[in-house]
Amino acid sequence: MSQGTRPPLTGRLIFESGTPESRCVTPPEPDVPDVDMDAALGGMLRREAPALPHVTEVEIARHYERLASANFGVDTGFYPLGSCTMKYNPKIDEWACRLDGFADAHPYQPEVTVQGLLHLMYDLQSALGEVSGLPAVSLQPAAGAHGELTGLMVIRAYHVAMGDARKRVIIPDSAHGTNPATVAMCGYEVTQVPSDARGGVDLDGLRAALGPDVAAIMLTNPNTLGLFDENICAITQLVHEAGALAYCDGANLNAIMGHARPGDLGFDVMHINLHKTFATPHGGGGPGAGPVCVAPALAEFLPSPVVVRDGEGEYHLHTPEKTIGRVRSFLGNVGVLVRAYSYIRALGGDGLKDVSEQAVLSANYLAQRLRGEYELPYDRRCMHEFVLSAERQRKEHGVRTLDIAKRLLDYGIHPPTVYFPLIVHEAMMIEPTETESLETLDRFADVMLAIAEEAKSDPEMLHGAPYSTPVRRLDEARAAREPDLAWKPMRDGAL
Amino acid sequence: MRFIPVTCEQQESMLRAIGARDIDELFEDIPKSVRLKTGVSLARGLSEIELAAELEALSAENATHLVSFLGGGCYDHYIPAIVDAVVSKPAFFTAYTPYQPEVSQGTLQATYEYQSMVCALTGMDVANASVYDGATALVEAALMAARVTKRHSVVVSEGVHPEWRDVLRTYAASGAISVVECPAPDGCIDLDALRSSVVDAAAVLVSCPSFLGTVEDLASVGEIAHEAGALCVVSADPVLLGIMEPPSSFGADIVVGEGQSLGNPMSYGGPGLGLFACRQEFLRQMPGRIVGRTVDVDGRPGFVLTMQTREQHIRRERATSNICSNHSLNAIAAGVYLAAVGQEGLAGIASACVAKAHYLHDALVRTGAFSPANGRPFGYEFALRYEGDVRAMQEALLDRGYLAGLDLSRFGERYSGMVLFAVTEKRTRAQMDAFVEEVVSL
Repeated sequence: MSQGTRPPLTGRLIFESGTPESRCVTPPEPDVPDVDMDAALGGMLRREAPALPHVTEVEIARHYERLASANFGVDTGFYPLGSCTMKYNPKIDEWACRLDGFADAHPYQPEVTVQGLLHLMYDLQSALGEVSGLPAVSLQPAAGAHGELTGLMVIRAYHVAMGDARKRVIIPDSAHGTNPATVAMCGYEVTQVPSDARGGVDLDGLRAALGPDVAAIMLTNPNTLGLFDENICAITQLVHEAGALAYCDGANLNAIMGHARPGDLGFDVMHINLHKTFATPHGGGGPGAGPVCVAPALAEFLPSPVVVRDGEGEYHLHTPEKTIGRVRSFLGNVGVLVRAYSYIRALGGDGLKDVSEQAVLSANYLAQRLRGEYELPYDRRCMHEFVLSAERQRKEHGVRTLDIAKRLLDYGIHPPTVYFPLIVHEAMMIEPTETESLETLDRFADVMLAIAEEAKSDPEMLHGAPYSTPVRRLDEARAAREPDLAWKPMRDGAL
Repeated sequence: MRFIPVTCEQQESMLRAIGARDIDELFEDIPKSVRLKTGVSLARGLSEIELAAELEALSAENATHLVSFLGGGCYDHYIPAIVDAVVSKPAFFTAYTPYQPEVSQGTLQATYEYQSMVCALTGMDVANASVYDGATALVEAALMAARVTKRHSVVVSEGVHPEWRDVLRTYAASGAISVVECPAPDGCIDLDALRSSVVDAAAVLVSCPSFLGTVEDLASVGEIAHEAGALCVVSADPVLLGIMEPPSSFGADIVVGEGQSLGNPMSYGGPGLGLFACRQEFLRQMPGRIVGRTVDVDGRPGFVLTMQTREQHIRRERATSNICSNHSLNAIAAGVYLAAVGQEGLAGIASACVAKAHYLHDALVRTGAFSPANGRPFGYEFALRYEGDVRAMQEALLDRGYLAGLDLSRFGERYSGMVLFAVTEKRTRAQMDAFVEEVVSL
């Protein structure tokens, strides 16, 4: 024991701290007469109190500080998670969303009392319309997948208004899993089209898939290989000729700002992940926001409400004439929207263009540095991200992408997105973003090359990685086989 | 350049390294005809000092220091200081989804604890890591019930929040479910009407308390639903669950709710927190992320995302939902909140809300200007009928610093003349007395 013993950072639950007498926040002293609670609640007074923790504030503070120190965020280190755009989240945005005029506003306050907030939302709608080239904007969707669903619902409503909802939606084989899941949720069938040798949509495959029952194509461009589809204008034209609409999954908008607008490329609808391109934090999995931008012809189908400005310069919530209805309660994830607005105002139009240029340059730089040791299946200029394959390491040394990802953790780097897109074996999808210094990029490249050497010299060691993290590889099979999804006082011991 | 650490000189050397003339060459895959020549047509960027001033000015144009009796699905509860101290930690808010569990134990354990607390409150066996908000939680519950029962229609009480029912209709338009609305004259579902509409239904969806604040007869609803082979889905108020018998005791199969009240600011209605919990037997049909406890290779306890074969990134078009995120940070906030108040604190807060709401209810009725809209038991929200012009009354009281409840006529003619008041633990007797005096003086 000469080295001393530190308690583990995680594993001990908040329920296991404190004593039955421990308190943190206590309710206010009653200042109104007591009421008979059981009678007030129609005889539904709770018989047994819910099993919540009993802890003091200092115990809570330390508990979550320990948990936080077992977590990896963008502020911890390099986070080249492809398709997720893990850029730095400016702190001014965090300050902004907490201003009381935003954080304390109630969604049913009279419009006249929230003009500042509605003004901000209106300007955000306009900015997103400008960046996308699709001027009518709904801020409602709570996330990218929610935006996809909203966009497809708009497309369905449009076709229904034209007299035929149609049946199918075309998706390339490189698409995110949310695309097919969204299509199914919207009551459409998925038709998959293959990618061509250069990683774009196979035009013959597309022609064969198109037909009078196709409602839309859903396309990510640049796609999940990080490649801009050179045939994009031909694709959207073919789609329109079939009477279908073109949906742009905006996951990769960070690559093209100031250089191209999806609306100009022939897209009719897109969602924008504000938690990617517009730097709002990912929050450990949310909340994000997935506003939907549409062409003028689709504006009247947008979900309710949108923010409009009248002739007197006053702002109002407005229900579009043929709206699909609401897709969630209230206006949107306002706390996230305020952050995105703040980010856009900090950068301005020129700054957003700089963002995309650096994001693309940094990705190409890393691809160049890594293409020797790792396979680069689509060996061409990439946009803001690129996909490597560890197929060589697997074949020659039995080292898989998973091993490389886990080994990166020992070097203090978050792994790239792995095993996606599905069309690349042993895929590693790397997106550095514009907010990383050259020093960080070089270190990542050096580490990746060092791991490639480790794969040759000591593959066994890589199978065991990581070694330095708060916990090591976890038994996921057991988690699924014997689900333990909640602490239960009866089973795990009373408080 | 703002938020870009690479210098111009370094850019040049990076371009040389990749063999490109200039930046524009990197964008040559974009067809020339559609390449932008003017960049992004937005105003110049602001320095942080300028930006802060602009944001403060926009914030100041919102009146948020009024004495508020607004509710209707978003509530002005007190948020302990420790909550923001925790969710402001960059290691929580700058992290991604915990797909790499070895470096995500913080998010994962906090989420497991949150799930445990949701189970404790609702009485359900399992909870997911949250969905977007209460409205989408209700929709997901309806879709899940359709999968479980292999039936198509859901019966929703008119006592469910009108916006939530609107969301349900929006989702239903794609054909996955059909929606039958069941009358709820006082907010509580008409049991006879329910009996006749529940035949072949996948689920009965009710809210307790209802949108009008009234307490639903859950036992009867559950019985009627189950007799017809439908699931019973209940939307509950998580604060009131501190003192109200959990829906599980009345046969609920799925419990959903809006969790904003648990430590999250109102923020003009979003982000919210979609609570979602169900019985163990339906686990594999549950949508959204789930965290489970397991062990690592050294036998240490740890946490992972589990049951992922239900989800879109594995199952694609056959997934239980297209949801690909949760409101993780809001869920963590809820966990911190519930730890901070504890079972006794939550009960105390809920009791304070109920007592204050009944105090205001009685005082307003005594003025003679208001009368009860129904005689039903209620929690901390209640509907009153106003004898005069609601809009004029609210405008006059706004001038005196009050948000005098929610004019229910926005949800349709049938609610004309009705005002919904919510009273949280933050309102004091002095504020309420002063408010009642203003009402009297109108």
